[in-house]
Amino acid sequence: MKRTIFNGQLLPWLLLAPQLAVTLVFFIWPAFQAIRQSFLREDAFGINSQFVGLANFRALLDSAQYLNSLKVTAVFAVSVTVLSMGVALILAVAVDRMLKSQRPYTTLLVWPYAVAPAVAGILWYFIFNPTVGILPYMLDIIGYDWNHNTDKSDAMILVVIASAWKQISYNFLFFVAGLQAIPASLREAAAIDGAGPVRRFFDITFPLLSPTTFFLLVVNIVYAMFETFAVIDSTTEGGPAQATNIMVYKVYFDGFIGQNMGSSAAQSVVLMLIVISLTVIQFRYVEKRVEY
Amino acid sequence: MTRLLTASAATLIASLTAANAQTEIQWWHAMGGELGTKLEEIVKGFNDSQDEYKVVPSYKGTYPETMTAAIAAFRAKEQPAIVQVFEVGTGTMMAAQGAIVPVYQLMEEQGVEFDPAAFLPAVVGYYTDTDGNMLSMPFNSSTPILYYNKDVFEKAGLDPETPPKTWGEVEEFSNKIMESGAAECGFTTGWVSWIQTENLSAFHNQPIGTEQNGFGGTAARLTLNGDVQVKHWANLKKWADEGLFKYGGPVGGDDAPPMFYSQECAMIMNSSASLAGVIANAKDFELGFGMLPYYDDVEGAPQNSIIGGATLWVLTGRPDEEYAGTAKFFEYLASPEVQADWHQFSGYLPITQAAYDLGKEQGYYDENPGSEVGLQQITLNEPTENSKGLRFGNYVQIRGIIDEEFEQMLSGSKDAQGALDSVVERGNALLEEFEKQNQ
Repeated sequence: MKRTIFNGQLLPWLLLAPQLAVTLVFFIWPAFQAIRQSFLREDAFGINSQFVGLANFRALLDSAQYLNSLKVTAVFAVSVTVLSMGVALILAVAVDRMLKSQRPYTTLLVWPYAVAPAVAGILWYFIFNPTVGILPYMLDIIGYDWNHNTDKSDAMILVVIASAWKQISYNFLFFVAGLQAIPASLREAAAIDGAGPVRRFFDITFPLLSPTTFFLLVVNIVYAMFETFAVIDSTTEGGPAQATNIMVYKVYFDGFIGQNMGSSAAQSVVLMLIVISLTVIQFRYVEKRVEY
Repeated sequence: MTRLLTASAATLIASLTAANAQTEIQWWHAMGGELGTKLEEIVKGFNDSQDEYKVVPSYKGTYPETMTAAIAAFRAKEQPAIVQVFEVGTGTMMAAQGAIVPVYQLMEEQGVEFDPAAFLPAVVGYYTDTDGNMLSMPFNSSTPILYYNKDVFEKAGLDPETPPKTWGEVEEFSNKIMESGAAECGFTTGWVSWIQTENLSAFHNQPIGTEQNGFGGTAARLTLNGDVQVKHWANLKKWADEGLFKYGGPVGGDDAPPMFYSQECAMIMNSSASLAGVIANAKDFELGFGMLPYYDDVEGAPQNSIIGGATLWVLTGRPDEEYAGTAKFFEYLASPEVQADWHQFSGYLPITQAAYDLGKEQGYYDENPGSEVGLQQITLNEPTENSKGLRFGNYVQIRGIIDEEFEQMLSGSKDAQGALDSVVERGNALLEEFEKQNQ
């Protein structure tokens, strides 16, 4: 194999420069600002500023609301991931069995992905609205009093459904592609050996799908934790009684609405650490263990 | 980043146009829709009246967004001369002593005639310091009133011309309404924090915090877990369980108005500034108006209600000529004609006695029943320390806590005393933090 060797250091750095500049200005610099701010106590206008060490972090650990937010985030992320991946897998397996109608079904199922999270939130907010929504009306007939303004689990169900709904399309696409990559001969051989459809799915299809599944797992957890802000903001705004106040929303509320910069910055630093560890897990363990 | 860009673009434009003689004055506001159009019309009136100054209004989104934008701009040294800030941001603005120019000082320095006594005490009282100096310019103020459905009252065998005066009557009327099947629920409310906690306290002359409800300084702490507040929250819980009262959600209570419009609930307590909206939506029934209810066994009730809405704050660090223009503009804004026009168009309260009198002279209140209730309610008595208003730091978050604890109580995980005790405890933690931030 022939390798081109560049003399000097200038050209590679020049070629990298635009990307490095973007990363520095939009990622590294704000991250550094957040870290700096997390050690400060400041009024909203930045007139008084004092270094307080780890006080902001200590306050977080002492705060029942923050611990609650951690718990809520965990429940929310797991529910969204399980629901969106579960439904997507069922749909993908069903579509995979279709011969002629595969394409139209795939196209139709991908549509929700084009809906912006804020719009998805509003959509579900109307469907579930206790006063004018259609679902509470039907639930009322069977005797269930739906009200996500007062009931914590109703609120959680609402944001989980609204967030999972549009992610199903994304997962579905990857699962369909994953399924199509599995050689039909393997399943046929098992069928000849007398394995039924359920057995074939769990013994052959599901294990062979594991690279896709693990990839989607990480993507979905990241999605649920960081990209569902708009859904929360347009439906429950973190309520009732903080029941849906996930960490990202709390950063926004405390910092932008509450003007409590120190605490908000400390929370962003914690989030940063979570993202870093998720990334490490993905690269160190998941990518190595999974057979491609 | 976009804020920074818009801010720098704004200054660029400002510096480019500085070449001509007019001084431009930036005004960031949060009035969208029809109110925004009206605001621009008012500004145009000022700009056309002289050629020295030009006020440039820019819409910056919701109240919190506008305030955040102004604070971010201040940190980047690109602040506007005037910014509209909602009443719960007052504590934050007032504590930022290096960032604001108090209005009384501005008027004094610019030599513009300015008589604080011309303003309605309940309106400006909210925005004055303990010495009675006006810190910001009231622009849009409102107060909660009671709206009721006359048709439902009639069906329930009640006198449609008599709204309930006391909470006892609210309970009695609601029971009649539900028993007769005239409506499914008695009443609902917007703003549990503003109406059922802060205004309830003021109307019964009860404090919600120390240091004159926070007017005395950042050492103030909450005390809103008093007997009257606990009794009222406990009643709301009881009435919610019995179905007399329906909760419309946190903050402004977005789900409350639809319950009233759809005739599910017979009464609603909400801002006087939503009058136009209520009239537009209450097409299928006759609308009635009343003052907020009170408990007749509490001494001193009814006192007067307090206001909400927003005022205009002047920020430091702008060139001198902009302050001269700002003072002139405020003088124009406070004139009876501008005030009466804005008040009658929007449903917000007029800020001066002269504007109120002008409305009376024009016969406006006779033609528009309901538009005077709020005014009568805030001028019911001379405001006391407890009914002047409130001023606490981090108050946006404290309002959030009030909503949360109210929801905890409704869901049954706390009683009224427990919920209000937690409001005080959690709120005071934020107030302590605020005091430290502003030392």
